[in-house]
Amino acid sequence: MKRFAAYRIWALWLAASVLLAAWFAWAVQTPGEQSVFMPGQTTHAHHQIEMKCVTCHGEPFKGAEGIQQACLSCHAAELKAMDDSHPVSKFTDPRNAGTLAKLDARQCVTCHTEHKREITHPVGVTLPDDFCIRCHAGVEKERPSHKGMAFTSCATSGCHNFHDNRALYEDFLIRHGHGDAAKPAGVVRERGLKEFMVYMDYLDGEPVTAAEMDGRVELQPTPAVVKNWEHTAHAKAGVNCSACHQVNPGKGGEPVWVKRPDHQVCAACHKPEVDGFLSGLHGMRLKQGLSPMQPGLAELPMKPDAAHKSLSCTSCHGAHTFDTRRAAVEACLSCHDDGHARAYKASPHFALWHEEVQGRGPKGSGVSCATCHMPRIEYLTPEDETRTLVQHNQNDNLRPNEKMIRSVCLSCHTLQFSLDALADGALVTRNFMGLPKHHVDSIRMALEAEKRGQARNAASGTAGDEE
Amino acid sequence: MRKLIPLAALGCVLGQPALAAEWTHKEIADALHSIMEADRTVYTKLIVNRLQNQEKVIKASEHWKDDKALVLPAQMFRYGSEAVAEKGAKFSYSLLSLWPVNKQNNAKTPVEKEGLEAVLKGDPYYKTETLGGKKYFTAIYPDKAVAKACITCHNDHKDSPRKDFKMGDVMGGVVVRLPIQ
Repeated sequence: MKRFAAYRIWALWLAASVLLAAWFAWAVQTPGEQSVFMPGQTTHAHHQIEMKCVTCHGEPFKGAEGIQQACLSCHAAELKAMDDSHPVSKFTDPRNAGTLAKLDARQCVTCHTEHKREITHPVGVTLPDDFCIRCHAGVEKERPSHKGMAFTSCATSGCHNFHDNRALYEDFLIRHGHGDAAKPAGVVRERGLKEFMVYMDYLDGEPVTAAEMDGRVELQPTPAVVKNWEHTAHAKAGVNCSACHQVNPGKGGEPVWVKRPDHQVCAACHKPEVDGFLSGLHGMRLKQGLSPMQPGLAELPMKPDAAHKSLSCTSCHGAHTFDTRRAAVEACLSCHDDGHARAYKASPHFALWHEEVQGRGPKGSGVSCATCHMPRIEYLTPEDETRTLVQHNQNDNLRPNEKMIRSVCLSCHTLQFSLDALADGALVTRNFMGLPKHHVDSIRMALEAEKRGQARNAASGTAGDEE
Repeated sequence: MRKLIPLAALGCVLGQPALAAEWTHKEIADALHSIMEADRTVYTKLIVNRLQNQEKVIKASEHWKDDKALVLPAQMFRYGSEAVAEKGAKFSYSLLSLWPVNKQNNAKTPVEKEGLEAVLKGDPYYKTETLGGKKYFTAIYPDKAVAKACITCHNDHKDSPRKDFKMGDVMGGVVVRLPIQ
């Protein structure tokens, strides 16, 4: 009997092990059940999609190379667009083997490790603050002006950026220091999708009226829907019910009418806008095939009554009204509830917006939430045409915030003011009520460097004459 | 005449270049450099010097995107080299100088320092070196001022450490690196 008791323990152990293994195998393949494998909280940037492990780890788990490929699958295009100051090719060159030994910048995760919230700095950097001096320790030899500067001040004072220096490079500072940069226009540029669609012969651009609506039978629109649609840019550009509500099921099937078209339908005409939406914090869950983002899942403070709203194109744009002004302010403020958002309506930016909306300010002179966070950009279409569109990735110019300077601030402000204001965290929280208390010295330093260069040129010119 | 036929055949055999598979590191580096040098000269003379200096149609600028200008010849060379690196090529190349405008293009390794001095005389320089634990065959070729645009830009640039370049001067060197197994 005693012998059997010993076996029973082993059988129990075996059964428990099999059950545990089976449960792990089930959990690893079941979205939403993978939290047991989570080694630590992910960053603000990725927490929305952390429960879909394969997004970053590859399928099946491919190790470091798979992770790097996953980073690039979402971030490669933006690195290219920003003229990355530290591209991978700089580190793979054998002549920089010494630099590579100090910082393996071939892999994004060297600086941006995930699941390590406790050591994560702004912009998802997980290295100690002194990472610049690993390679640039002797900077004062080339640039005497940098002598005695704190090793933590390179990127935190509004001077340098590891990847994106488009608004910070020396000659840019010099040009703006002389005040000979383009004069601020004070208005945002006009979009022109309809003109582009007509120019490309994608649309004839002839307006359609309520009498010509082609989905009345299938969709049974309410009078309010008809009235709203009639006043939209869609109706004015000839976009009838069927353009959005009749979708092709594929495999040669007959088009079917759908009551609630999704973002992919919008993408038929607004592809770059939808791509931007899917790349940012509003749409990244949809991009990964997860349920839509809801404010309740966000880490930033959101309004409690908005917690269960699902984000799609129409949650901001409103189906059938497609009011871009509402999308630019009221839609944002219906969810966002942080200090910066709450301070907006008391800010000088909002005052300009209010004037424009009331018809007193010139067109494009108002500053809405979207003016800064979803700016109008010049976009090169796949047809090699340029058109102005709204960048719907709210994160594109957000961090570090100097990225906002070129696409936004310089439309109205000087470079010095923009640098100072963005480096003043308290002022940002107050939504720019008041003047910057921080001063970024980079323009003065760049102008001094220019003077030193001119002096050297003058000296060598004199020497040349004497010869 | 009969004696001439075998002689001619022998001449053909001796005169034939070695099969590509048998090329030495030096021959491969020389071949790669001949393409680089040719493309670089064509871009500098036919695009930059012609359009900027002769016909004064468009300028070349380091900040070509912001200034809506032509890419500088040195940038053209670097972008090509970066594109090659991104493709995962086994070799690498760069344009360096003892007097670079961009400090990153200064000689870094002992072989680069020695080679850039050596090519000032006008001939290529070849040596093996070990970098990051790997062995490389390194060839350095003189890079000369082939157009007025080269010397005006370097002599006038505020960050240029040397301001007295003349036409035909060796301004730097093209470094080609091949891994040795």
